[in-house]
Amino acid sequence: MAETHSLQDMRQQAAVAAKVFIQRDYTNGTVCQFQTKFPSELETRIDKQQFEETVRTLNNLYAEAEKLGSQSYIEGCLACLTAYTVFLCMETHYEKVLKKIAKYIQEQNDKIYTPRGLLLTDPIERGLRVVEVTIFEDRSLTR
Amino acid sequence: MMKNCEYQQIDPRALTVSPCSAQNQHTEKRAQRPRRKWEVFPGKNRFFCDGRIILARQSGVLPLTLGLIVVTCGLFFAFDCPFLVKHLTVFIPVIGAVLFVFVVISLLRTSFTDPGILPRATPDEAADIEKQIDTSGSSTYRPPPRTKEILINQQVVKLKYCFTCKTFRPPRTSHCSLCDNCVERFDHHCPWVGNCVGKRNYRFFYSFIISLSFLTSFIFGCVITHITLRSQTGKSLVQAIQESPASVVELVICFFSIWSILGLSGFHTYLVASNLTTNEDIKGSWSSKRAAEESGNPYSYNSIITNCCVTLCGPMPPSLIDRRGFLSLDEAIPTSSASEIELPPFLAKNDAHMCTQSTKDVLERMVHSFDLHALCPPGTPKTSPLGMEVSSTTATSPEASPPAGCSPQLADQPMAAPCPLFSSRSSSKRDSLHSINPAFRLASPSPSLSRATLIPGDAPDTGFIPLP
Repeated sequence: MAETHSLQDMRQQAAVAAKVFIQRDYTNGTVCQFQTKFPSELETRIDKQQFEETVRTLNNLYAEAEKLGSQSYIEGCLACLTAYTVFLCMETHYEKVLKKIAKYIQEQNDKIYTPRGLLLTDPIERGLRVVEVTIFEDRSLTR
Repeated sequence: MMKNCEYQQIDPRALTVSPCSAQNQHTEKRAQRPRRKWEVFPGKNRFFCDGRIILARQSGVLPLTLGLIVVTCGLFFAFDCPFLVKHLTVFIPVIGAVLFVFVVISLLRTSFTDPGILPRATPDEAADIEKQIDTSGSSTYRPPPRTKEILINQQVVKLKYCFTCKTFRPPRTSHCSLCDNCVERFDHHCPWVGNCVGKRNYRFFYSFIISLSFLTSFIFGCVITHITLRSQTGKSLVQAIQESPASVVELVICFFSIWSILGLSGFHTYLVASNLTTNEDIKGSWSSKRAAEESGNPYSYNSIITNCCVTLCGPMPPSLIDRRGFLSLDEAIPTSSASEIELPPFLAKNDAHMCTQSTKDVLERMVHSFDLHALCPPGTPKTSPLGMEVSSTTATSPEASPPAGCSPQLADQPMAAPCPLFSSRSSSKRDSLHSINPAFRLASPSPSLSRATLIPGDAPDTGFIPLP
């Protein structure tokens, strides 16, 4: 996995200049959404549109995970009838979407963020509280 | 410039040079096996089966609950079923068995599932939040209010800052002092189940009490039928009871359980239909009496069916604490030394607050030596959010009061989390100068007092280096 190697190498070699935290947006209740406001620390590093697009896609993915549709109801009723033992063998819809989100973040990191000296951390590793953006020192400038 | 002196962010890698961390590194190497995250979990939980099963520190009366259910059902199957199968139908033990299995599985799922624990903030996050509070805080003597107001569905909701978890609690989240965790959609801490009831296990809890209501009513009905049938065959009631004494035991247990369990089921059905938690209902957060203008529950979908579906059949959120994940190498070291670093000896802003601080330290040390809980004085500032909950719990008398069966153990005891930290001091105190500990930063910056002063005597006996 060449990409992960490069990320890890980067983490070890580059110094962390700062960390920016994108907090949760609770205006629609307790559903998992993140604020799309563009943090000022990233102004020099990345295009505002691109960043907001990333956060918006993440928000849509989380909304899909928590969507109250017929599929989630069927899953819930089936689970209730089997005394919730069905969860021991089946993966929930939420978990499936979380895997999709992890893949999306990895892909965004590889394509957009790592070349700019940034790193997005999957929110699930921070308890779905924040999207952590690590800003690495820009070696090309410090030379 | 002054502001910059007040706190500095810890660079986790700088910790590796301190003697304590070097010691930890050494012990890590000696251990020589990757540790899982549950082993360093900061809350008061117990883990079994290598992190698969999570329980509260005190299992409460869970063994009693299980014992009562098993004994009652055992007596039922052994003494009442043979008679009833002969005189009525064979389906009676079948229905009984199905209900029994359902009850036990629901109970175990409720007890052993992570209720929706929110992991604590990483040091970087805590520092970031601190920075934001500071820039917007007032420069008065009093500690800045640790609340944030947000709009949810056009309604103002206050988010409180959790001093233990170092983050602003999401809406509907509450900190359980018994488990020392913030739990999402916190309902209550149930001693009968030995765990908190929150977002992830509420549906299990609800199915447990509903199925238990059916089970106790079913057994009660069957036992009454049994005794009636026996006494009808020419014998008196007393004779019938003498022939089957176990039935009386079951009758007594069921009779007393039914009142509380049925009441509890009814109460929780009301909560589910209105998308409320026990916590919110008791505090009267959304009751119309409190608010001057019309304010309702902002989380309700205003339809009973939708509320029920959402609460009980909604998507199952994942556990956020990742118990069985492995600690990465850079996490393993700071985790153990971070607990020593979160000591209070840092930059005070003025003497008055250092006085309060040191008094709090003494109190907390006393508390720790008396083994926590019962003796924690409720007046300490850190516990003020919880203290408020206590006063409102005792003051308000909820209309649909939860019966004794599951008395919500709201935060009637202050958090004891920092107490163990006090006793685990080490030589890394010099490094802890730059620690971030919002719990103890009481006042906002005042330039003349940016040089730290230390109060002798009761202050924590730490090494102290003034910042340049």
